[in-house]
Amino acid sequence: MDELLGEFITETNEFLEIVDTQLVVFEADPRDSATLNNIFRLVHTIKGTCGFLGLPRLQFVAHAGETLLGKFRDGSLVATPDQVQLVLESIDRIKEILAGIEATGTEPDGDDSELVGALERAAEGEDAPAQVRVPSIEPPEDLAPPIEDIAEPQATPTPAALPAGVRWDADLGRELRPGEVSLAELEAAFMAAVAEPEPEPEPVPAATVVAPAEEERRANPTARAISDDDDDIVLKGGAVASNQSIRVNVDVLETLMTMVSELVLTRNQLLQMVRNTNDSQFKGPLQRLSVVTAELQDSVMKTRMQPIGTAWKKLPRIVRDAARDLGKKIDLVLEGEATELDRQVLELIKDPLIHMIRNSCDHGLESSQARIMAGKPETGVIKLNAYHEGGHIVIEVSDDGAGLSTARIRDKAIKNGVVTLEHAWTLSDQQIHRFIFSPGFSTAEKVTSLSGRGVGMDVVRTNIELIGGTIDLQSTEGQGTKFFIKIPLTLAIVSALVVGSLGQRFAIPQLSIVELVGAGPASDHKIETMNSARVLRLRDRLLPLVDLSEVLGVQTSPPDDDSRAASFVVVMQQANNLFGVVVDEVFDTEEIVVKPLSSAITDVKSFSGATILGDGSVIMIIDPASVFQSVGASAAVDTDIAEVATQVRKSHNDISSMIVFRAGGDQPKAVPLSLVTRLEELDASTFEHADGKTLVQYRGELMTIVPGDYAMSIAQSGVQPILVFTHNGQAAGVAVDQIIDIVEDKLDIELSTDRPGMMGVAVLRGKVTEILDVGYYLTAALGNWDDPSINAPSRHVVLVERNPFFRNLLAPLLKAAGYEVEAVETTSAALLCAEYRKPTAVLTDIDADVSSARRLLDDARLSGTSIVAMSGSDEADGTGFALLVRKSDRQSLIAAVEHVSKMGIAA
Amino acid sequence: MSALEKQDASFGLIATGTKEFVTVHIGDQLFGVQVTDIRDVFALKSLTPVPGSKPEIAGVLNLRGRIVTAIDARRRLGLPARTQGYAGMMAVGVELRGEAFGILVDSVGDVLRLSDNQCEPNPVNLDGVWKSVAQGVYRLDGKLLIILDIDRLLAFALARK
Repeated sequence: MDELLGEFITETNEFLEIVDTQLVVFEADPRDSATLNNIFRLVHTIKGTCGFLGLPRLQFVAHAGETLLGKFRDGSLVATPDQVQLVLESIDRIKEILAGIEATGTEPDGDDSELVGALERAAEGEDAPAQVRVPSIEPPEDLAPPIEDIAEPQATPTPAALPAGVRWDADLGRELRPGEVSLAELEAAFMAAVAEPEPEPEPVPAATVVAPAEEERRANPTARAISDDDDDIVLKGGAVASNQSIRVNVDVLETLMTMVSELVLTRNQLLQMVRNTNDSQFKGPLQRLSVVTAELQDSVMKTRMQPIGTAWKKLPRIVRDAARDLGKKIDLVLEGEATELDRQVLELIKDPLIHMIRNSCDHGLESSQARIMAGKPETGVIKLNAYHEGGHIVIEVSDDGAGLSTARIRDKAIKNGVVTLEHAWTLSDQQIHRFIFSPGFSTAEKVTSLSGRGVGMDVVRTNIELIGGTIDLQSTEGQGTKFFIKIPLTLAIVSALVVGSLGQRFAIPQLSIVELVGAGPASDHKIETMNSARVLRLRDRLLPLVDLSEVLGVQTSPPDDDSRAASFVVVMQQANNLFGVVVDEVFDTEEIVVKPLSSAITDVKSFSGATILGDGSVIMIIDPASVFQSVGASAAVDTDIAEVATQVRKSHNDISSMIVFRAGGDQPKAVPLSLVTRLEELDASTFEHADGKTLVQYRGELMTIVPGDYAMSIAQSGVQPILVFTHNGQAAGVAVDQIIDIVEDKLDIELSTDRPGMMGVAVLRGKVTEILDVGYYLTAALGNWDDPSINAPSRHVVLVERNPFFRNLLAPLLKAAGYEVEAVETTSAALLCAEYRKPTAVLTDIDADVSSARRLLDDARLSGTSIVAMSGSDEADGTGFALLVRKSDRQSLIAAVEHVSKMGIAA
Repeated sequence: MSALEKQDASFGLIATGTKEFVTVHIGDQLFGVQVTDIRDVFALKSLTPVPGSKPEIAGVLNLRGRIVTAIDARRRLGLPARTQGYAGMMAVGVELRGEAFGILVDSVGDVLRLSDNQCEPNPVNLDGVWKSVAQGVYRLDGKLLIILDIDRLLAFALARK
């Protein structure tokens, strides 16, 4: 493609972007003559250049568009949204043709006559001779101001210098004021003569104006420069700009950047060498070299910087089109447009931003009616704001729309299996909102042309994370949604932490690192193991851990935990998930120049690039996302477990007595003391074996003994510690290795486990402890222990407990006491059960939602049934309930149920 | 001999179908790499392994500010690894599709100019990998020189998994 054409395309594309934006402004205020002039000038320039370059198709379309714009400008038409739409369509067509030229070097084939026809009709249709030349029929008052607007500024600079000739203007139906003769009219008249197939008489009166105008030009250069708002302003504005800047191919800048990166590395190497010697001969010059290099690096970085506004140029048009399609009124507010960032980053965030803006238009903002109903202004506002924060740039995208519906997202998340039902209720609203970043998650009820096709925010998130950025949101139902995007200023240089694992060094991008924790033997923090999964107790959270060498598969001798004395945990964050990476050594943070990976090793997903350190060695840069994936594989942590734990803790912060023991391994296990009848130490030689079971004669009865862990076996000789559980007079023994202690502590189940026999994991007295599932062992020991048919008379109890831990804990307990138990999560579910079969008693938790629990008291379906309230604390308000018991007090709980069901039967 | 004469002499030689080869030892075998394919020959100083990469990739190294992917030629040709590891090995720097590679060899020998018509086709019983990377064989005094096709030798590295 010839150079001239290339230049033309670049320039025209820039012009078109401006025209797009300006047209939207103009549409909002059709009297804004300055904007219109600007648009007109640009379209005119495009038209002129195509004519010069011999691009007939482009010229044809541009000309038609210009004609219509001319009519707006000379005031013979007031722009309607439909007409602006037409002009926008012509701009789109020009873009299409330009794209064709860019691809092939010649104008693509195509027929524009329909569009041009529409434009001409729009220009002519209302441009009826009667209206134009005999305005007295309907003096269009609103038509006059634009002309004045155009004219006034021209007149003001040198009013005295202008000829005071009085002329009659047919268009205005009055005398022209001094200096009011503008080229706008001239232009329009001229245009009409060229564009319209049948020349109207109009050009004749207009032509008479030419002479004085020309005279004015000659007579008054100032007036000329200002009044000629076509090519001269282009020259005027352009001249200043072209003196200040030149166009440089992006490739040249990229090469320059690479060279500077090399220079920085070489300097670093030199500095390191000189540091190691006492020879000071080089120190002076090297110091200077260092300073110059740093400045050079800064300057070259600056050439890559662009204001973020360039990525926003398309947005006003997009919002305008969206508003038109959706029949909404939307204002787009842009702030911080001058904020600069690397053009590479800029390119990469363009599309996600457009997607998010479309989303806001479509789903974020309500329809006009809905807004009015909600008492909001009819016009919705979408706001973009960009600012610097540290070495990053933060972009906020906010709308004042309906906000996210927590309930809908929760339902959808549960339906999609992103989260379990139990889990979902322990999450905060914000955590629920974050599910919109999960793959295939769209809450839109209908698919529109704009968005809602299910490839939504997860793609945005992926794209942003790809460039080392993060995204988060804040939403208030009814008030709007605000997204925060945090991205690095540049991709070329990143700050990274250099760590060592099994003798090899790696770089971890600083952005993904939350903190660094020493976890060696001398440290407060200890790495603990549960069922081969490693965790770290960090303040009050359990952090899943992975060993960097294991994730990467660093090949060495099998890791010997003792020999790896000093270890550190790098706490990393990836999309709301916290996890720890165990490394042996931590060196330093360095500003590293990221080099792309050779295609020979791009198949290694663990690395995002490589870099050369100051000492000249090459190290690999870890990709945090891939490391997280390997954590996810070993420990199911879909959401921030720390926050879940906090939630659980908040609602059930009661102190429980727990028996801590060991069974099968060093890992401590625990069981609530209230569930255990007795602790025994029995002589293993008295154990008998029958029917594949281990039995012992205990207090005149036969008791089955089961091991407390699949990994342990019951002792053959000596003393065997046993936890004795009783059920309906039947005893069951669980053999353990050693009973350690009885502790009083808050019972915080942190992680649930799928292992049979285990309820979950809690931190007890600072140790990670597994909590035994008593029901499991009773089944193992007694077989049919929970069969209600053996417990006569059958009494039916409904247990309402939102927390799965307590539900699982209490239901077996009640069953063991001879009740038929229906364990449900919500009050509504309990009422549904009651409708089916009236229970003898209802046990309900009142900590989670007391008002919901009180609904049980008034419901007709439960009339005559006693409602027992359970709480984790003694201070709870149990007014209205038959009884209030502590959840952790097994004896009184059973007694309470016993008591009320007797009352029920008596009644 | 003046520089000009030297040039003349080399021009004379190039004219008749000959090629220059750098000889390298990989294991006990002598190989030849065409001089025009080679950008550098350098001694291996430090090497950073890339965990999880293809086994033939020995690692990455820094060659004058450029990151070069090092290829373990022994492994690529199915030869046993050296007992002393990569220490003291030589590397032949080549460029393929804009990327720099260093082929790790045991030692680098001479530059030989050999005539095209002396080159013999691969023997039919040559092993699969060797056959694919060998361009032909020269019978030198007392030993055979296998000419390596660099493109094919490195094809595995550029292939997508």
